[in-house]
Amino acid sequence: MARKLRVVIAKPGLDGHDRGAKVIARALRDAGMEVIYTGLRQTPEQIVSAALQEDADVVGLSILSGAHNHIAPRLMQLLREKGLDDVLVVIGGIIPDVDIPKLKEIGVKGIFLPGTPMQDIVDFINTNARARV
Amino acid sequence: MPKAVAETAKQRWERETLEPALQKSPERTAQFTTISGRPVDRLYTPDDLHDVDYVRDINHPGEFPYTRGIHPTGYRGKPWTMRQFAGFGTPEDTNARYKTLLAAGGTGLSVAFDLPTLMGRDPDHELSLGEVGKCGVNVTSLADMETLFDDIHLGEITTSMTINSPAAMIFAMYLAVAEKQGADWKTLSGTIQNDILKEFIAQKEYIFPPRPSMRIITDIFAFCSANVPRWNTISVSGYHIREAGATALQELAFTLRDGLEYVQWGVDAGLDVDDFVPRISFFFNAHSDFFEEIAKYRAARKIWAEAMRDRFRAKNERSWKLRFHSQTAGVSLTAQQPYNNVVRTALQALSAVLGGTNSLHTNSLDEALALPTAEAATLALRTQQVIAHESGVANVVDPLGGSYFVERLTKDMEDGALAYFDAIDRMGGMVEAIERGFPQKEIAESAYKFQQAVERKEKIIVGVNGFVQQNEPPIRILYIDESAAERQLAKLDALKRTRNGDQVARSLDALRAAARTSVNLMPPILDAVRAYATVGEMCDALREVWGEYEEVPII
Repeated sequence: MARKLRVVIAKPGLDGHDRGAKVIARALRDAGMEVIYTGLRQTPEQIVSAALQEDADVVGLSILSGAHNHIAPRLMQLLREKGLDDVLVVIGGIIPDVDIPKLKEIGVKGIFLPGTPMQDIVDFINTNARARV
Repeated sequence: MPKAVAETAKQRWERETLEPALQKSPERTAQFTTISGRPVDRLYTPDDLHDVDYVRDINHPGEFPYTRGIHPTGYRGKPWTMRQFAGFGTPEDTNARYKTLLAAGGTGLSVAFDLPTLMGRDPDHELSLGEVGKCGVNVTSLADMETLFDDIHLGEITTSMTINSPAAMIFAMYLAVAEKQGADWKTLSGTIQNDILKEFIAQKEYIFPPRPSMRIITDIFAFCSANVPRWNTISVSGYHIREAGATALQELAFTLRDGLEYVQWGVDAGLDVDDFVPRISFFFNAHSDFFEEIAKYRAARKIWAEAMRDRFRAKNERSWKLRFHSQTAGVSLTAQQPYNNVVRTALQALSAVLGGTNSLHTNSLDEALALPTAEAATLALRTQQVIAHESGVANVVDPLGGSYFVERLTKDMEDGALAYFDAIDRMGGMVEAIERGFPQKEIAESAYKFQQAVERKEKIIVGVNGFVQQNEPPIRILYIDESAAERQLAKLDALKRTRNGDQVARSLDALRAAARTSVNLMPPILDAVRAYATVGEMCDALREVWGEYEEVPII
């Protein structure tokens, strides 16, 4: 039997608007994934350490405050340093169009803007997360 | 044998007129519900108001229980205050936006602070990285507050400030600026949000644990009663509770129960109800389900009036009258087809006006994408002006009063809220309910249910899961770069070199010492502010004494 996908959902930065993070955490769980929600105000260091500890296949960040250009590069760098290059990183939230190419370039695979159906995110993760047994 | 109950007029209509019509053309769905998932009947008639008494439950405007409004003349005397929430970048940037809004006919200011300010962190703290000036204006010290209100006379305008955990510090800065401008504190008018309970419940911008947080609030109540008597010391907020996913009923119930909690804490701190309750105001969401929202506002006034008179034995009519600000629902705005947001906002604003709002903020069409551009913010203000001056709805007091549907819904909202009050009272109060995660769980559940209804297309959001359009052209948005952070960091650096460091250190020591006792914290906070201590330094002093709150995340 295939191992369940393990997903760390994190809310970095100072923002406390966690509706999106919590709704998507529940949707992924209902879709059969193992979801670890870190809670609020996690630094990139804390998120990477959670990913390592939880043996995560996927890290999902919820960012609405505009801080993504600072948080995402730091997170990607730390993941590389820990040898977690194959962890799928996705971001949901308010991301201006002009920032999307920059985020893709540093290795963020999925960027989900307001109004994205939960099912699209589930499908994206199932298709793109690393295959393991 | 019991006698057959006489058929009501509605039942006769159902039998004679409705049934044949339904057989010919059935309805679109088996059940119609509000956006909150509340079922609604197809028709309301006098038969639906058997438990509603006009004088007891509704009554004329300006009379208890104020269901129809707190002013006998509604908006015929003075329209609602058009108060547009704004703030971004540096205090210089926001000061310029305020001057634009005032020149465009805005009648009050409303300050949006950035996340570092809201969380009591200076721009040079590691958690402030990338956040300075992004979601609001950055205010680090009194120097920034002086710039924010440069050339704006605090004695002549009213200002609302959305600040919670560091409310006492930001309010003290406002008072210090007023002092420097020569304005008399006794005549200052405005509002600080200062509602920590909804932070624990929904918005999550908390710093200190619940109990010391509540103590700061009662200190502010006491300080203002004596020194700033026209200031609204708290804006008990349902807005964020609703945005987090609550239903209209949950918004109403949790907000008013939060209000009762503050009153109880004030009373327990030895204050007289009628000394501080008249300065408590409310803040509700204006969401998309038109009649449900109107019923929510009407029910809120009635519940508050009865609770103040009967539960707290308030004698002053001003303690009974619930005054509220409203803001259209940010969460209803869509990134897709953003011009549709103008229409959504107009309808939401209309519901707030028909519900008797005392002041109103209308969102801008681009706010699902970014903070608004000046043009979008002006259009949002114009929306209110059209409602006020062209639609005619402000000419008559509570024009929907007496609508069978609105009155039924108002009564149902009230009954539902009172049932929540009972549940929370049984837990020991709102602080205890929050510590158990009760409102948090209820809201998360509603948020998930709503999202599922959208996925199943039981609820249609135009442009998102219905009437979708491909290849939309992008709209121009406000892009806040890093220069605001750089400028704020440079100013902080300069401030630390020019202020009197000994005076700052002494004032922070005095603040720590006061926090360990039960003396009012406002005077030591004012001293620290006048010494140009920063928000981060003052909050750190209190963190050392009280610690920080950490929530157990619930999904």
